[in-house]
Amino acid sequence: MEKILTVTNLTKKFGALVAVNDLSFTIEKGNVYGILGPNGSGKSTTLGIALNVVNKTSGDFSWFDGTTSTHKALKKVGAIIERPNFYPYMTAVQNLNLVCKIKEVPNTKIEEKLELVGLLDRKNSKFSTYSLGMKQRLAIASALLNDPEILILDEPTNGLDPQGIHQIREIIKKIASQGTTILLASHLLDEVEKVCSHVVILRKGKKLYSGRVDNMLASHGFFELKSKNEKALLSFLEQNHSFKNVTLNDGLITAYLKEEIEAEELNKDLFDRGIILSHLSKRKESLEKQFLTLTSNSSN
Amino acid sequence: MIRLLQIEFIKLWNSKASKVLIFSYFILILSLALISMIRIDNPPIVFNIADQGVFDFPYIWHLNTYIASWFKLFFAIVIVSMTANEYSNKTIKQNLIDGLSKKEFLLSKFLMVITFSIISTVFVFLVSLVLGMLYSNYDEFSIVFSNLEYFLAYFVKLVGFFSFCLFLGILVKRSAFALGFLILWWAIFENVIFRFGSWKLFSKEVSDTIMHVLPLSSMSNLIIEPFSKFKAVKSISNQLGTELTVDYAVHWYNVLIVLAWVGIFMFLSYTILKKRDL
Repeated sequence: MEKILTVTNLTKKFGALVAVNDLSFTIEKGNVYGILGPNGSGKSTTLGIALNVVNKTSGDFSWFDGTTSTHKALKKVGAIIERPNFYPYMTAVQNLNLVCKIKEVPNTKIEEKLELVGLLDRKNSKFSTYSLGMKQRLAIASALLNDPEILILDEPTNGLDPQGIHQIREIIKKIASQGTTILLASHLLDEVEKVCSHVVILRKGKKLYSGRVDNMLASHGFFELKSKNEKALLSFLEQNHSFKNVTLNDGLITAYLKEEIEAEELNKDLFDRGIILSHLSKRKESLEKQFLTLTSNSSN
Repeated sequence: MIRLLQIEFIKLWNSKASKVLIFSYFILILSLALISMIRIDNPPIVFNIADQGVFDFPYIWHLNTYIASWFKLFFAIVIVSMTANEYSNKTIKQNLIDGLSKKEFLLSKFLMVITFSIISTVFVFLVSLVLGMLYSNYDEFSIVFSNLEYFLAYFVKLVGFFSFCLFLGILVKRSAFALGFLILWWAIFENVIFRFGSWKLFSKEVSDTIMHVLPLSSMSNLIIEPFSKFKAVKSISNQLGTELTVDYAVHWYNVLIVLAWVGIFMFLSYTILKKRDL
């Protein structure tokens, strides 16, 4: 796999506070990454260091193969950090022209990118007249001007209304489907769950997990079951060593798996024992649940 | 280098406020010509300033560069606010993320300062040349193009002052505070604390030497006021029997001191940019 960003033993201290603590991870081409963590866990600081606006205390990071300087590498990156920052007195087109000059790309793609984010009809309005959602979309258009190798988004839906959030997510999905590597920092788990294949989870500047979303917990998921013969079903599950944490709630039985069992297998097994199910579903824990488990485990 | 200038030009030229200030600046320089209109026509006192020799070559070089250098405050406001606004709008952060290095960021602003100073110097030269051609009593080539060192001094003075403003914008990060600091520095630090402090502690000679190397005083020393050189003033003082002994020349060590300050301000600005987290 082609590496895009390599971070090794990165540490950043703000006085006594350690914002990023000995962090290492790699971003590979073609995946959609999420950086997850509660507020203040060091997500933005980490991105800030990689993007040349925050000075590191120790450790290292390198872009692409590590042979180009950071500011040259950043010309192949598209990034939005926290809030959209543009010159308020300039129009969308003037602002994007400036970005083209900085990134040393021709300004022929401005219209195309404005179209992508749905701002073409407001292209000659001053940035100061834009709503927050439009500002955020302009920032995405600006980050895409150079057709970047990687798009970095830090809390892209922060402060937006539901419609704005939906628009941004649709844009992100569209970009991801075109094969652009994306790094998305967020504390909104469903956001990450919906678009990311890989996650890096941070807590107080330390890495708790990095890898595929599916492998986050060594978990086999759980069954949700319903049957008229509740008692027999419960006692079967409790005696079976493949299950743990069997709970009954409003007629719905939840049983966590200790080892992999296929739904067909369980269904057949129960049917043979004369327990007929009216509801059977096998599910994985939501990212939110996994995340909470992971962060609460390590806080003890 | 062209790219860096273009970047700065886009930022500058799309701002209405800076455009107005820059236009006002050049219109003020043009208005130097208005001096020729000063006339008192009230017999028995008939006085026309243009007839008094103020537009004589090479005296006009000195007079106009001195007066024009006061207008630099207009562009100073532009520089300070453009730089400080990069911080308050956080656009400096976006510039860096987009792939501008910190060195390029500073260089693009400094190049703008140099370019503007060149344009201003050429403009003052042309306005003075035309005025001189119209009113000067001397038009021999060797006289017209003598004493041109005033333009070197003018250029260095502008670059020095704008570098100071650029540095203040980066240091203070708020345009109003930066301008306040500029005035505070000039009035309080240089002219009260250093001048009278050193005078009181040591002597007038020591005080004069210190004043020579302070940033704003060294800039103002580049072009000494030209009014007492004016022949009408001279004749009055001759009649009163007081000999004026002012050294009007542009001194190379003054130029060097100001250039050293330019270097110091740029170095400090770069150090701040490098050290500061955004």
